[in-house]
Amino acid sequence: MRRVVSAYLPTWPTDRLRRTLRHSAPPTDRPFATALHDGRRRIVAAVDMAARAEGLAPGMALAHARMLVPELVVEDADPAADLAGLHRLAVWCQRLYSPLTSSDPPDGIWLDVSGATHLWGSEKTLLVDLRDRLGRAGLRARVALADTPGAAHGIARHGREPIAVVATGDSLAATRGLPVVALRLPPDVVSGLRRLGFETIADLMKVPRSNLALRFGSDLGRRLDQLSGLMFETLDPVMAPEAIMRRVPFVEPISTADAIKVGIERLVGLVRDDLDRRGLGARRLDLICERVDGEKQAVRAGMARPSRDPKHLIRLLEQQVERIDPGYGIEAMVLAVPLADPLRPEIIGSMVHREPDVRDVAALVDTLSNRLGAEKLFRAAPVESDIPDRSWRSVPPLSPPTGVSWPVDLLRPSRLLAPPEMIETTALLPDHPPAMFSWRGDRYRIGRVDGPERIFGEWWRADREVWTVRDYFAIEDELGARYWIFRTGIDNAARWFMHGLF
Amino acid sequence: MNEGRRQELLDDLKAQIRARELGMRPAGLLPTLPFGLADVDAALPTGGLALGAVHEVIGGGLDAAFGATATLFIGGVLARTAGPVIWAFSRRDLFAPALANVGVDPDRVIYVEAGDAKTVLLVVEEAVRHVGLAAVVGEIEGAVGLTASRRLQLAAETSGGLGLLLRRPRRLAHDMAVEPTAARTRWRVTPVLSGPALAWSPSTPGLARAQWRLELLRCRGGEPRTFEVEACDETGRLGVPADVADRSAASDATPLRAANG
Repeated sequence: MRRVVSAYLPTWPTDRLRRTLRHSAPPTDRPFATALHDGRRRIVAAVDMAARAEGLAPGMALAHARMLVPELVVEDADPAADLAGLHRLAVWCQRLYSPLTSSDPPDGIWLDVSGATHLWGSEKTLLVDLRDRLGRAGLRARVALADTPGAAHGIARHGREPIAVVATGDSLAATRGLPVVALRLPPDVVSGLRRLGFETIADLMKVPRSNLALRFGSDLGRRLDQLSGLMFETLDPVMAPEAIMRRVPFVEPISTADAIKVGIERLVGLVRDDLDRRGLGARRLDLICERVDGEKQAVRAGMARPSRDPKHLIRLLEQQVERIDPGYGIEAMVLAVPLADPLRPEIIGSMVHREPDVRDVAALVDTLSNRLGAEKLFRAAPVESDIPDRSWRSVPPLSPPTGVSWPVDLLRPSRLLAPPEMIETTALLPDHPPAMFSWRGDRYRIGRVDGPERIFGEWWRADREVWTVRDYFAIEDELGARYWIFRTGIDNAARWFMHGLF
Repeated sequence: MNEGRRQELLDDLKAQIRARELGMRPAGLLPTLPFGLADVDAALPTGGLALGAVHEVIGGGLDAAFGATATLFIGGVLARTAGPVIWAFSRRDLFAPALANVGVDPDRVIYVEAGDAKTVLLVVEEAVRHVGLAAVVGEIEGAVGLTASRRLQLAAETSGGLGLLLRRPRRLAHDMAVEPTAARTRWRVTPVLSGPALAWSPSTPGLARAQWRLELLRCRGGEPRTFEVEACDETGRLGVPADVADRSAASDATPLRAANG
């Protein structure tokens, strides 16, 4: 199923100018607008959030705007630079997110992420990452993910949430409530519809299509079909000018997995030579299959370390062949390398000397990351914290060795219950470790005890941790099984928890 | 053909059959990872945990559900290898710092969170095929199946890798000890009452080094046996309990009855 992200940049012209002007740019809380000539007078072309908050809007006479907001900073609008900048931004997004990325002028970007979400774990994480990255670059963005470019476009601009994921098949339902302007129609059609009382897309659905076509032309029907996915809307992917890219056309359309694999081998061979000449190793590969019906199917493979080992690259791509839907046939395949790094000689060297090396694991890590998602692979690195749950953090699987370990003298259980489970205890004397406890419906008689190990809450993290103290005991029941239990509170208020098993 | 020559031929054939049973190579040449305990190593036809093979470990008694002791046992095996380790799991309850207690350097272990048992098996197969890993650990909930385990075993034989399956039951009644698989050995680790109390705390007895009953339930080319051992120390080595060390070797390593195997 196709999945398309639309990123909507509501203040793109001003955000772009702020980035271009750098130090001379007005501070973000200062109203900022661009202006252009409309006949004899100057009008406002775009405004930033601060200016919008003051009541300014595009189309307003500049003199009027200056009167309303005397401190307004105005720059000349440059639509050509805006468009070129949007294109560059699309190339940047393509490198990071999806091979099929296209600009959606004047203020948006589409990313067809159908074969790419697995690298991010979930669709939501991809969207959050995209929004945050754009935000860090100083670009305000609203992002939406839906089945069609049309639906994503509409929801990003007119939906309620700044980050919206529409589940597969729900696009039509999710766009019903949007205003008719979300359909990407010419302004006169939109105002015509409004005059006739059509407010939302749902209103349009109720009317026979032929009546609408007679009054407003075929555009309206086309947009509705593109929204629901009845009509396929092709995105024209951007291509980075310097990217390595090879295309192999076929005499006859191909559709079998084996034929696709042959194509992959051909392409990898060509791309490998390109990489070799430039001394690069691929970090990301995009395979785009051009179908006879004009649709483009893309899959992406990521590598934790640069590689130009054809066997490895072919393997990573072949794993994804099952994601490709050949439809009526594929007439050409394109292999692009949107991300490549210099391949240092030592990495090639490790293939020669046979000592087991973490670097050898890179190929395996790639294979598994591409199948399961990159965040499913991790290493545990020690963190200096007494709180057991916080004593480790996950680091990427191929990050350099930390060289530290946990203290060996602190005995820790091999299985930790999260959260700890309350247990009923019987103690012979108050303040003593219990003699018996019941957990999950079974009673255990305690034979031997070690402890307590007192662990204090980390008061510098949260107020409620100031007074938390846990007394941990390692205990052995009468059969020999060992458990890690702790007590919080004292005397009658003491409560006991099971936290782990040795 | 004279009698001596005939006997020689038969012995040779027997040796060849034995070699095939053990994975296509003569027994003496099979790479192996000794436990360092004479009794245990002697019970294994390769004189230790065979490399290029898959081994199963299950927890005993109430620990079967969590496999906490089995985890430490596996950690001990890992501590005696060198190189990167893949540890695949589907249930998130492993507490990584515990592996440091048995001598596993945290930098060596790459954890792979797979969604379910099937994916864990896929990851283990992919990893076991990969040359250059010290070991691959897979925590598998539920049955493994003969076909899947045979694939793993074949992959390990080809690459020379070490696969360790930590079996966990999906439901408590699931008896992992009798399920047929193609693994080279099957171990059950059960905690037993530990040795004499330590005297450092007058009010509470304290804990000595834990003790395990280590059962070799199945072993290709070998006999099921039971051992009493001291739990892995901070370098991952098993020990011989003090009271057992004095006894004769025959009494503590009694062959298992068929019902247990």
